[in-house]
Amino acid sequence: MTATDTAPVSAVTPRRRRLKLETVLDHAVLICGALFMLTPIFLALTTASHDKVLIQREGLQWAFGSETLTNFNAAMFEPGGFTGDITGATMLMNSFILGVGFAVGKIILSMMAAYAIVYFRLRFATLAFWVIFTTLLLPLEVRIVPSYEVIQGMGLTNSYTGLIVPLLASATGTFFFRQFFMSVPEELVEAARIDGAGPFKFFVDILVPLSRTMIAAIFIIMFVYGWNQYLWPTLITTEESLFTLVRGIRQIVQAIAEGSEIPDYGRAMALALIAMIPPVAIVVTFQSWFVKGLTETDK
Amino acid sequence: MAQLSVTDLSKTYPNGFTAVHPCSFEIEPGEFVVLVGPSGCGKSTLLRMIAGLEEITTGEMRIGDRVVNDVDPAHRDIAMVFQNYALYPHMTVRKNIAYGLRNRKVPAGEIAQRVTQAAEMLNLTDYLDRRPSQLSGGQRQRVAMGRAIVRDPALFLFDEPLSNLDAKLRNQMRIEIRALQRRLGVTSVYVTHDQVEAMTMADRIFVLNDGRIEQIGTPSEIYHRPASTFVASFMGAPPMNLLSGRGTGNGAVALDGGQAVPVPLDTESNRPVLLGLRPEDMALDGAGPIAFDIEIVEELGAHRLLHGRLSEQPFTVSVSKDTEVGTGPARLSARPGAVNLFCAEKGHRL
Repeated sequence: MTATDTAPVSAVTPRRRRLKLETVLDHAVLICGALFMLTPIFLALTTASHDKVLIQREGLQWAFGSETLTNFNAAMFEPGGFTGDITGATMLMNSFILGVGFAVGKIILSMMAAYAIVYFRLRFATLAFWVIFTTLLLPLEVRIVPSYEVIQGMGLTNSYTGLIVPLLASATGTFFFRQFFMSVPEELVEAARIDGAGPFKFFVDILVPLSRTMIAAIFIIMFVYGWNQYLWPTLITTEESLFTLVRGIRQIVQAIAEGSEIPDYGRAMALALIAMIPPVAIVVTFQSWFVKGLTETDK
Repeated sequence: MAQLSVTDLSKTYPNGFTAVHPCSFEIEPGEFVVLVGPSGCGKSTLLRMIAGLEEITTGEMRIGDRVVNDVDPAHRDIAMVFQNYALYPHMTVRKNIAYGLRNRKVPAGEIAQRVTQAAEMLNLTDYLDRRPSQLSGGQRQRVAMGRAIVRDPALFLFDEPLSNLDAKLRNQMRIEIRALQRRLGVTSVYVTHDQVEAMTMADRIFVLNDGRIEQIGTPSEIYHRPASTFVASFMGAPPMNLLSGRGTGNGAVALDGGQAVPVPLDTESNRPVLLGLRPEDMALDGAGPIAFDIEIVEELGAHRLLHGRLSEQPFTVSVSKDTEVGTGPARLSARPGAVNLFCAEKGHRL
């Protein structure tokens, strides 16, 4: 009895001392990092709860004010911009179309490319893969002028197609799926062949369900990436009805500021916060899938 | 149930490596044939050619009356059980078994009925809605079997299906597979590197080495009359003793170490030969003609293995557990008909 009583105590005491030495430091670093990331968000939230005149006069606010609902309501539903035919809600919609279209398109395209490279005896499959891979060295920013020229020439400016399609080719996605497909056991392919599954059936019945955690992981990455696109939408959409949230925030503030009015900072902050919600929600919801997709495989 | 006939079949890879040298054979309807050999002997390649997963370089292959050289695996009317089972991990057992039928547009009612039947036969009824990852190795193996039998194919192909199971389960599955095959009467080709599986399961064994078929025969033929030193040393545990010596011309072999062993065969004088004697065909016999020096006694429970030297060459004798024996010199006699003679140069049977 006494032996079992003393044992845990002596085991706990040194651990408690170690906790103090190491974990306090660890946590201090983590807390600093978290504060560094979260303080601006908190500041945006508090500032968004104040009247624009107050913000203009006194700067960013650390305390909550009384205008939260008004500002968020204005951000979402009050028409803005020069033409006044865009609200926060339509911008949110546009951002969703861009984010989802971008992620889904990228996944479909890169899955099919990887399928072709891994499973078909193409003459220059390896070469093709490396060509796709080198496009990593040519991000949109490098090829933005020719890309714009092509889209403009095709008359696709101010359309969702023009917004999404030029961004679809994805070396990262193709690479991820290629590595994943290469780890699918050869015997599975052979069993499916004997079971009478052709290339299309194998893809749809076996490969796609097997890749579902991979697909989820890549969807998250690509959705956030698409959602945060700024340069390309700025270039390709001049009609305000096609504005996405990320660029709309600035546009609204600017539009008002260039008039003689006071810029509506409270509303802009509210919009910025709204713009953050969907990516965060998606990452939080799917984070277990995300980790699964990138680490373990269900084979 | 169908006959498989193969004429001058060979496989050469693009890099020039010949995995299977030209061979011809026939497998009768309902027969259970085991391809056995060490790794890299071409047994799996041969099986994969039958399945259609590997292209045929030369020769002709028929399943039933149909030449299948250029027929897709899906249309060869075969079913295959893989070493790693190759179950579809995201499908339930039921879907795994049904997948081949669904792809062949079998009506849903019939699929359900056939899956139920196959599951009953394999004791899988309780597991139909589980995923492969929730099953044990033996159960997965059964699902793989179920996927094969539900199709009612002309030919079963097994690619080392038991090598991932533990020894006890392997013995049990061995019997189950054999019983199932008997019941269904489906022609089967079974690849293994395990000679026990080959001996216990086969109607006929094909022993392969280096891409060539060394011998085709019933287990008893293969065991008692091996066609070459390779077969003699590959089949049987412990393997056949091979002693080098020369023919004397008068019904004996003079071993390199000095002794002469009488053989009931005519041996050409002075011809180098290998004398093959199975460990269990030897008996301790105080008056026996052969001197043997026992160095180690290995206790195996059911019997004992005596390792030692016979005319300075390594030799093993197997005796029953009732025979009390110690190390030191002993005398042996060979059972009648137990003597095998092989050409020392080429290894073939004399």
